[in-house]
Amino acid sequence: MRYLPLTEADRRAMLAAIGAKDVDELFHDVPPSARLAGPLDLPRHQGEMEVERAFARMAGNTLSAGSAPFFIGAGVYRHHIPAAVDQLLLRGEFLTAYTPYQPEVSQGTLQALFEFQSQVAMITGMDVANASMYDGATACAEAAAMACRVTRRNRVVLSGSLHPHYVETTETALRYTEMVAEALSPDAIAMEDLIGRVDEATACVIVQNPGFFGGVRDLRPLAAACHEVGALLVVMVAEPTSLGLFESPGAMGADIVVAEGQSLGMGMNFGGPGLGLFATRDKYVRQMPGRLAGQTVDVDGRRGWVLTLSTREQHIRREKATSNICTNSGLCALAFSMHLTMLGGSGLARLAELNHANAVRLERKLAAVKGIRMLSQSYYNEFAVHLGDDAKAAEVVDRLADRGILAGVPASRFWPSWPELAPVLILAATETNTEDDMDRLVAGLKEVL
Amino acid sequence: MAESSTISGNRGLQVEEKLIFELDNPGALAVDLPEPGPIDLDRMGGVARRASTGLPDLSEPQVVRHYTRLSQKNYGIDTGFYPLGSCTMKHNPRLAEKMARLPGLADLHPLQPQKTVQGALEVIDTLAGWLKDLTGMPAVAMSPAAGAHGEWCGLMAIRAAHEDKGEGNRRRILVPESAHGTNPASAAMCGFTVDPIPAKANGRVDLDALKAKLGPDIAGLMLTNPNTCGLFESEIIEIAAAVHGAGGYFYCDGANFNAIVGRVRVADLGIDAMHINLHKTFATPHGGGGPGAGPTVLSAALARFAPVPYVAHGPGGLELVEGGRGGAKPFGRVKGFHGQFGVFIRALAYIMSMGADGLRQASSDAVLNANYLQASLGDVLTASFDGPCMHEALFDDRFLKDSGVTTLDFAKALIDEGYHPMTMYFPLVVHGALLMEPTESESKDTLDQFIAVVRGLAARAKAGGADEFKAAPRLTPRRRLDETLAARTPVLRWKAAVG
Repeated sequence: MRYLPLTEADRRAMLAAIGAKDVDELFHDVPPSARLAGPLDLPRHQGEMEVERAFARMAGNTLSAGSAPFFIGAGVYRHHIPAAVDQLLLRGEFLTAYTPYQPEVSQGTLQALFEFQSQVAMITGMDVANASMYDGATACAEAAAMACRVTRRNRVVLSGSLHPHYVETTETALRYTEMVAEALSPDAIAMEDLIGRVDEATACVIVQNPGFFGGVRDLRPLAAACHEVGALLVVMVAEPTSLGLFESPGAMGADIVVAEGQSLGMGMNFGGPGLGLFATRDKYVRQMPGRLAGQTVDVDGRRGWVLTLSTREQHIRREKATSNICTNSGLCALAFSMHLTMLGGSGLARLAELNHANAVRLERKLAAVKGIRMLSQSYYNEFAVHLGDDAKAAEVVDRLADRGILAGVPASRFWPSWPELAPVLILAATETNTEDDMDRLVAGLKEVL
Repeated sequence: MAESSTISGNRGLQVEEKLIFELDNPGALAVDLPEPGPIDLDRMGGVARRASTGLPDLSEPQVVRHYTRLSQKNYGIDTGFYPLGSCTMKHNPRLAEKMARLPGLADLHPLQPQKTVQGALEVIDTLAGWLKDLTGMPAVAMSPAAGAHGEWCGLMAIRAAHEDKGEGNRRRILVPESAHGTNPASAAMCGFTVDPIPAKANGRVDLDALKAKLGPDIAGLMLTNPNTCGLFESEIIEIAAAVHGAGGYFYCDGANFNAIVGRVRVADLGIDAMHINLHKTFATPHGGGGPGAGPTVLSAALARFAPVPYVAHGPGGLELVEGGRGGAKPFGRVKGFHGQFGVFIRALAYIMSMGADGLRQASSDAVLNANYLQASLGDVLTASFDGPCMHEALFDDRFLKDSGVTTLDFAKALIDEGYHPMTMYFPLVVHGALLMEPTESESKDTLDQFIAVVRGLAARAKAGGADEFKAAPRLTPRRRLDETLAARTPVLRWKAAVG
């Protein structure tokens, strides 16, 4: 078996050195009733060729994004990843290292994390960012809990602009605690009144920008309203490339910024793994969950990096820790950082402009389809449309899929029992969409609507 | 002392590398993007960015060199032996990386119509099938993102089950003192209070002490098995019966599942929930701290409380169930979308490569390798417990008594010898612990060399070489780093120099 170096001769020699008759003897603490006599009745080992064949068959039983006009977003975005990113990620020293507990032999990972934290702080407009969370949804839940710790309050308001998975994950995380989540109804036209929901008992308001239905808003009035009553403003960014074009949440007054970082460096991978970004103000850093890389010096006075402020974390504080998180999304953070390093400041701005321009082009083309009404007043690379009172977006998407077009996300996928959302379709355009993709989508919509 | 005498500060292949911000080359670019079409200021909500992000500009050759140099300052399993106890640093097969990059799996969006992702659902379903078969458990929640997340998921299912029976007042959970820190932290996040239970002199749970702690407020027990001392809990069936008898559920931390895959099914031990670290037992890369995956197997008593989503077999093929259905009472959702799919692909590629026979052989070899280390070092180090261990060998620091050398010093000396150290000072129940987990990936030759080095270092320590140990490591890109300074004056990001 190609992954097992021990030979039968090795095993015999080692058993002799141990003084055991056979390996079974080493398992003598296992209760006899629970010992399996031999391998389970399941498939036996296979060579690379056989495994590749099995995966090729499964991979062949999908419609991949690259083989179709593709307009799906809603929390996972298809961007072009520079070839160097994936090649560098495969370097074994990054790929096969553990969490950098031994800093002297982990300076590569630690410096990369320090750079990642710096980049995240810079694009979000915040003071400090951690070394990652699992994904946007869990980062959102952690932000709610952190806001409650900071304010010593327990009421969390979840905007209707939030991705429904972020809402569900946060509600689940708070379910058996003293914290209470108040989720507002889905807000397809960005008209909800958040300021009216904030009072002296509010720990935080969590709002997504651009919103789940695409809308972009000025968060400064909301930030002011939160701060007036001692509440925190938590801003979720599901599409971090938008930060190249729009004012940062930090500049608009956010106290905590959380984000899904999948857009940069990672590909879609059917939705996982993701990358949770988490940034805040310096004054709250000791209430922050997750690992932090920090700068220091070694015994020779040379600059280096270590994991730091770990008295917040579970391996020290156990049940009093800020979070139970241990393994996070290290390699995804590295991918994100590499992609952002390749883009640079001007590249991120250009990429964001390209995304917005493609969405503008898509909006203009869709105007030619009878019955389609724009719902989003503002947007980055994604917006919501109404397909007509009798139209069912899920059926439209289904029929377009039969024509080889992946047309967007019907709102009914998340809210199947809301009839007013049945005609709502959410479409995204990124730099990967061509004019031909858009024309095929428009032609398809004209056929099925 | 290996003083650098070069002008650059570099030492051959050890090259000093600046931060990307210090490499800023304004006007350079590493990605050529097309000219954007017209944007629409009216659609930008009045919040177009005013200030620049300040991110540096670099060209592709500069970026590639930067990360290549950083990688050379890291130690991975590809570099050498990595006996980090409780972390299962086994070889990461490259076939798995290749499969995870097939466009028909990698280039899929989680919200595509389900008929266009049947192959991806089959990956999830097939892996779920293996995990259920290998544990004997009837259900598995696939979505937890890592071990601690799986712990929380399993405990949430336990809490939901108690609430469902009208026994929401069961809030006390028993956790051994030797547990990973994530265990009590996860329990606290479910609203449980943690009640520690002691171990016996032989490193196993004290069954009588455990029984004495049971009562009507008991939610359950969290126990790692094999435990964090590398020992199988020989009374585990009695432990499970006692917990069940008191109306509680039994959560098993599956971090050490690698010791028993294919040799024991946890269902036969009376366990109600256990997470499986795919990034340990099933060979997916750690990536310097993730991503992992922590699918959590559930007993019949807990199965219907599993979180959404899950894959089911329907008349038209596989279905992704995203809301409750039938008698199911999901406790909620633990993360976005459908789990760590990219990690699933890798784990399944490994499992299919190994097969039932290979997986059993792997756990046997992992246990054999650990016992070989224990037997070959037992006369120079001090083993904490008698008798065979499972997949990891635990020593304490009695062998260093009066030498002036600490466990930390010993570990740092190993770095200079070309090894990643073992886990140190964990589990907490052993003084100055050194926990070595060789895994099945290591050859006898590698182990023999390591044994010779450890024996040599132990002899040096005993012969009064403390100063040398205190100065280690000397041959690494950086020597011991000042962690106190880092915590006292936190510098957590780069900032542009003022002025």
